[in-house]
Amino acid sequence: MSAVAANYETLQELDVKVISVSVDSQFVHKVWNDQELSKMAKKDIPFHMASDGPGNVGKIYGVYDEIAGVELRGRFIIDPDGVIQAMEVMTPPVGRQLSETIRQIQAFQHVRATKGAEVCPAGWMPGKKILKPGPALVGNVWKEWSPLEDH
Amino acid sequence: MAEKNAGCARPTGAVVGESAPESSEETTPKKEVKMQIAQVGTKAPDFEAPAYYQGEFTTVKLSDFLGKWVLLCFYPGDFTFV
Repeated sequence: MSAVAANYETLQELDVKVISVSVDSQFVHKVWNDQELSKMAKKDIPFHMASDGPGNVGKIYGVYDEIAGVELRGRFIIDPDGVIQAMEVMTPPVGRQLSETIRQIQAFQHVRATKGAEVCPAGWMPGKKILKPGPALVGNVWKEWSPLEDH
Repeated sequence: MAEKNAGCARPTGAVVGESAPESSEETTPKKEVKMQIAQVGTKAPDFEAPAYYQGEFTTVKLSDFLGKWVLLCFYPGDFTFV
């Protein structure tokens, strides 16, 4: 979570709100912020750290580990209509890569801004080639785009 | 999201639309009571949970952020290593 805090400006530029959730109490969240996270991120945690003691929220998102009694690493990108556009769930020992989350948010924002008229091929980054779905593109993606080229 | 008095009882989060476990806080019963499970392309299940936010104990409700992009991150626990 310190990585999210450290890159919070980027998320703010994209108009993204963050909510973090674990089974820890608000009190533990405060002490974790004060004692450790604020030192790693060089600032206080700038977003809501939610407490989900019995896993009620985690269960509905499919990320609550009943045996261990903790949440898995679950990351959800939710659009302004409240629709989940992307999710990633990992077991605890490996951390996330925030730059990939940011890339996905940028791609979903691009698609939304064009009302779906433009879509983002594999590995898309802002400024890179987009595709315009339609009858003319069927069977012709190879003329427009290749995974072997840097578009 | 006003600051909440932090008592000794451990506050819990709840899915909006389901009755809260034992909390005395107001939970507005919504029409939709059926169990939703999060899936891409579907509405994110709304929830309300106690939260720590910039020095205050408060609550956070997902639907308060409608109109914004939201990054919702679950993680195993405070003070874990990665």
